[in-house]
Amino acid sequence: MKDRIIKTILILIGVLFTFLMLILPLAIVLFYALREGVVMFFSAITEPFAVAALNLTLLSTGITLVVNTVFGMFAAWTITKYRFRGKQVLTALIDIPFSISTVIAGLAFIAVFGRIGWANPITEALNIRIVFAVPGVVLTAIFVTFPFVSRELIPMMQAQGNEEEEAAALMGAKGFYIFRKITLPKMKWGLLYGVILTTARAMGEFGAAAVVSGRLRGRTNTLPLHIEMLFNEFQLTAAFAVSSILVMISVIILILRHVVEHRMKQEEG
Amino acid sequence: MSFIHQMIHKKQKNVIPGFGLSMGITITMLSLVVLIPLGSVLIVLGNYTFAQVWQMVTSSQALASYRVTLSTSFVASIVNVVFGILLAWILTRYRFPGRRILDGLIELPFAMPTAVSGLALTVLYSENGWIGAILTRMGIDIAFTPSGITMALIFIGIPFVVRSIQPVIEELHPQYEEAASILGASKTRIFFQVVLPEMLPAVITGFGLAFARSIGEFGSVVFIAGNIPYETQVTSLIIMNHLDQFNFLGATSIALVMIIFSFLVLFGLNVLQAKVHKMAREA
Repeated sequence: MKDRIIKTILILIGVLFTFLMLILPLAIVLFYALREGVVMFFSAITEPFAVAALNLTLLSTGITLVVNTVFGMFAAWTITKYRFRGKQVLTALIDIPFSISTVIAGLAFIAVFGRIGWANPITEALNIRIVFAVPGVVLTAIFVTFPFVSRELIPMMQAQGNEEEEAAALMGAKGFYIFRKITLPKMKWGLLYGVILTTARAMGEFGAAAVVSGRLRGRTNTLPLHIEMLFNEFQLTAAFAVSSILVMISVIILILRHVVEHRMKQEEG
Repeated sequence: MSFIHQMIHKKQKNVIPGFGLSMGITITMLSLVVLIPLGSVLIVLGNYTFAQVWQMVTSSQALASYRVTLSTSFVASIVNVVFGILLAWILTRYRFPGRRILDGLIELPFAMPTAVSGLALTVLYSENGWIGAILTRMGIDIAFTPSGITMALIFIGIPFVVRSIQPVIEELHPQYEEAASILGASKTRIFFQVVLPEMLPAVITGFGLAFARSIGEFGSVVFIAGNIPYETQVTSLIIMNHLDQFNFLGATSIALVMIIFSFLVLFGLNVLQAKVHKMAREA
C-alpha cells in the first residue's frame, strides 16, 4: 500500500516536470503558430525570405551530412581497426567540438577567414568570400557536428571486434573490399543513428551560424537565424510559424531515432 | 580465432590493409575542420600583449558574466540531477500508461533547435505568457532574469542526466533492494545506501555533461536572458557582443577563458570519476 503511494507520487512528479519543462514549450510553438489562423500560418512559411532560409538550412545540412559521414566512417575505422600510438589523443581531439561553445566555433572561422584572419589575403586575391557568406555557414555546421557519427560508430565497432576483418585480410582481401563486405553491413544501424543525430543538430545550429552568417536576408540567413530576426521585429506569429516547421522535423527525427534504436537493440540481442 | 590473435601479437603489426590512407584522411579532415580553425584563434591572440588580454579577461563585465554563467549552470545541473534520477527511476522501474511517450519526450531538447526552444521558453515565461502570467501575479519574474537562464539550461540539460543514469538502473538488480528490505532496511535507507552508490558514477557523468553543455550554451539562453550587462549576460553572449563591435581582442581573450574552463570541467570530471571508483572498490 505504502509502496503504491510512493510509486504514484514519483510518477506524478515526473509527469508534471515533463509537462511543464518539455510539453508546454512544444505546445506553445504550435499554438502561437496557428493563433492568427491557417492563412497567416501559410503566408508566413511561404514568404520568400522564409523559403530562402529553409533552402539554405537544407543545403548546409545536406553538405554537412555527406562530409561528416565520410569523416565519421574513416575516423571510426582508423581508431577501431588499427593499433597505433596516440590513439587516445586522436579520440580526444575529434571530441573537441562537443565541449566547445558554438559561438567559439564561429569565432574560429572568423580567425581564419575574417578581416583579422591569416587566410584573408588569399581569399581576397581569389575573390571568394567564406565568412559572412554561405561557405561559412556550411563550415560551422560541419564543425559543430563533426564528432557525431564517429562517436556512435566507435563503441559499436569496438564491441563487434575485428576478427572477421582480420581473417579476411589474412586471406588476402583488400582494405576497401573488407570495409564494404564485412564492416559496413555490421555498422549500418549505428551509422544511421549517427546520421540522424547530425541532421538534428546541423539543422538547428544557431550560435556558430549567428557569428559567421552576417545575416543577409534571403542569402545567408538560415532558418534559426530567420526565426530570431522575426522575433526581434515583434513578428511573433511568423516566428512561431517558421519554428513549427523545424519542430515538426525534430519530432520526425525523434521518431526515426527511436525506430533505429529499437532495430539496433534487436540486432544486438 | 586464437591462431589469428597469436599472429597479431607476435608481429604487433596491423593485419588489415589501408592504415596509411584512412589515417591520412582522418587527420587531414580533422585538421581542416577543427584544429586549424581553433589554432587560428591562438594566432589572433598572438597579436596582442598579455596585459591587453588580461585586462579583457578580468574586466568587470566579463567577471560578472563568469559568475552568471557558472551559477546558473550549476543550479540547473543540480536541479537536473534530482529530476534526472527521478525520471530515470520511474522510466525503468515502473510501468504506467504513457511511459514510452515520456521516454521519447526526454530526447526533445536534443532534437529541437536551440533557437526554437529559447523562443518558446521566453514566450512561456514572459509577463503575459502561460506560466509567466501566473508567476508575475505571485511576484516572481523569470524572463530576463538569471532564473530564466536557469530554466533554459534545465531544459537543455535534462536528457544528458536521464540518459546517463537509465542504463545503470536497468542493470541494477532489484534483488539487492529486496535483500536489504528483508534485512529490515527502510525505503529511504535502501535508496541512499544501496541504489545511490551504484549509480553515483553515472550521476556524476550526467551532471558533468549537462554542466559542460550549459556553460557554452547560447541559442536557448540568448532570448530569455535579454542581454542585461552584469545581470543576465552569459559569457558566450559577451563573446558575441565583442564580435558585433569588431572587438577581436575581447572576443578571442574571453573565448580562451571559456576553452580553458571547459577543459578544466572535463578534467575535473575524470578526476572525480576516478575517486568514486576508488571509493567503491575500498567500500
